[in-house]
Amino acid sequence: MSLVAVKRDLCDLCGTCVGVCPVDCMELTETELRIDAETCILCRFCIDICPIEALEMKDE
Amino acid sequence: MSERVSVDVVVVGAGPAGSTAARLAAENGVSVLLLEKDREVGIPVRCAEGVGESSLRKVLEPRPHWIMNTVQNAEFISPSGLHVLVHVGSDRGFVLNRKIFDYELAQMAADAGAEVWTKAYAYDLLRDSEGRVAGVRVRHIGREVEVSAKVVIGADGVESRVGRWAGLKTLTKMHDMETCVQVTAARVEAETDRFYFFFGSQVAPGGYAWVFPKGNGLANVGLGLSGDFSATRKPIDYLQDLLDKHFPGAAILTTVAGGVPCSGTVEKLVTDGLMLVGDAAHQANPVSGGGIAPGMIAGKIAGRVAAEAIREGDVSEKRLRKYVREWDREVGKTHRLFYRIKEGIFRLTDDELNRTAKALQGLAPDEITLKRMFRVALMKQPKLLLDVARVFVG
Ligand SMILES: Cc1cc2nc3c(=O)[nH]c(=O)nc-3n(C[C@H](O)[C@H](O)[C@H](O)COP(=O)(O)OP(=O)(O)OC[C@H]3O[C@@H](n4cnc5c(N)ncnc54)[C@H](O)[C@@H]3O)c2cc1C
Ligand code: SF4
Ligand code: SF4
Repeated sequence: MSLVAVKRDLCDLCGTCVGVCPVDCMELTETELRIDAETCILCRFCIDICPIEALEMKDE
Repeated sequence: MSERVSVDVVVVGAGPAGSTAARLAAENGVSVLLLEKDREVGIPVRCAEGVGESSLRKVLEPRPHWIMNTVQNAEFISPSGLHVLVHVGSDRGFVLNRKIFDYELAQMAADAGAEVWTKAYAYDLLRDSEGRVAGVRVRHIGREVEVSAKVVIGADGVESRVGRWAGLKTLTKMHDMETCVQVTAARVEAETDRFYFFFGSQVAPGGYAWVFPKGNGLANVGLGLSGDFSATRKPIDYLQDLLDKHFPGAAILTTVAGGVPCSGTVEKLVTDGLMLVGDAAHQANPVSGGGIAPGMIAGKIAGRVAAEAIREGDVSEKRLRKYVREWDREVGKTHRLFYRIKEGIFRLTDDELNRTAKALQGLAPDEITLKRMFRVALMKQPKLLLDVARVFVG
């Protein structure tokens, strides 16, 4: 199974990915970006939009 | 068990749009709570901090200590490196210090009577028995709070989840999301009397790069691409190229990522008990991505309309639509036009951009109005030309 993973050392917590997620399964707090893998449809929009390549698709 | 709090208006997000909405609602006599998820209003600054004086004045008298630099010119650089200088003349541009600016906008809301909570994250809406929006659920420094409110104002920026929870279509299409990185750097060799804009498919496809000097060699240097292009090469890589090529001696003090929805205003801005303002409502100028002034103009209207509606005891969508009508008249309509212009400009090939620059170089800076520039740039697209004429003449 695949899932979208956040590279925590890179992510700037900017919210750009959240704005394009078609199923609203991302939550951005002051300190953390979380992705609800249950709801995620693996569309890659978040990975493609991130300005600094802080997201990646991972195989479990 | 969560605690309960009750207010007239709750505003989610203390950026320029949210703080202005909170202030106007408070000034118009209702109780207001302003929520910000971060520990401090105004930080981090994900912005080049440029704003037009006349737009800012529509909301506030500028205070000198907000302003780091004032510019009278714009310099455009074509893909092949041709420079075109334009005098902006009477409408000067400011480079703000948004750390101070955003902070004071929140303070002004507080001085008008609004309560402010930082480290307060809104994670869901409250509904009444008929399913209408009736407040927000908040995590605030280790406690859960149900904030019931007559009107919720979503000012949560690019993420714009508050609107989505209410069923409004605030999702940004990849094409319309400008995905950005910016550095604030010292030792940037640039004239302080101008904004610089770089265009080209190798510079920033579907967008542009900017240099906004702040004085003393300090400048915001950044760029944004349309989401159509960021899968294959990232904004951060384009920015590295720009710095290597034009500012090899720069010392980077800050790096930020960010995004601006550049679609023009979302179709539906209000529903029963809820309004959207700022980036959350896609109210940034679709051509430039400038969202400070438009967000504040929207906040000013929305805050007042919310207070009026509450005093009259009618917060229905129909009543709140007064905000939409005023926004449309003041800015929204123009932005729909700007969206079409953006689609025209960002579709120009490097060749066309170079030819435009060449044609304009023959004119003196004073003769180059934006109108003339667009006319040359869009020569081959008569339909757009008509639109442009309507903005600048009508
Ligand atoms: C790189 C870059 C450069 C830019 N340059 C310029 C420029 O030069 N000039 C210009 O006019 N515009 C510029 N913009 C756009 C401008 O920054 C935005 O349009 C403007 O900040 C929008 O204001 P806002 O109040 O709507 O949202 P924001 O300023 O984004 O504020 C939203 C606030 O809501 C908070 N928030 C979000 N979700 C929640 C939640 N669930 N609970 C509590 N709080 C929440 C956030 O922490 C944030 O503080 C730029 C944008 C970027 C990315
Ligand atoms: S777009 Fe990238 S940097 Fe920004 S919050 Fe998402 S993963 Fe983090
Ligand atoms: S892959 Fe698609 S659905 Fe999953 S988090 Fe990213 S944008 Fe959302």
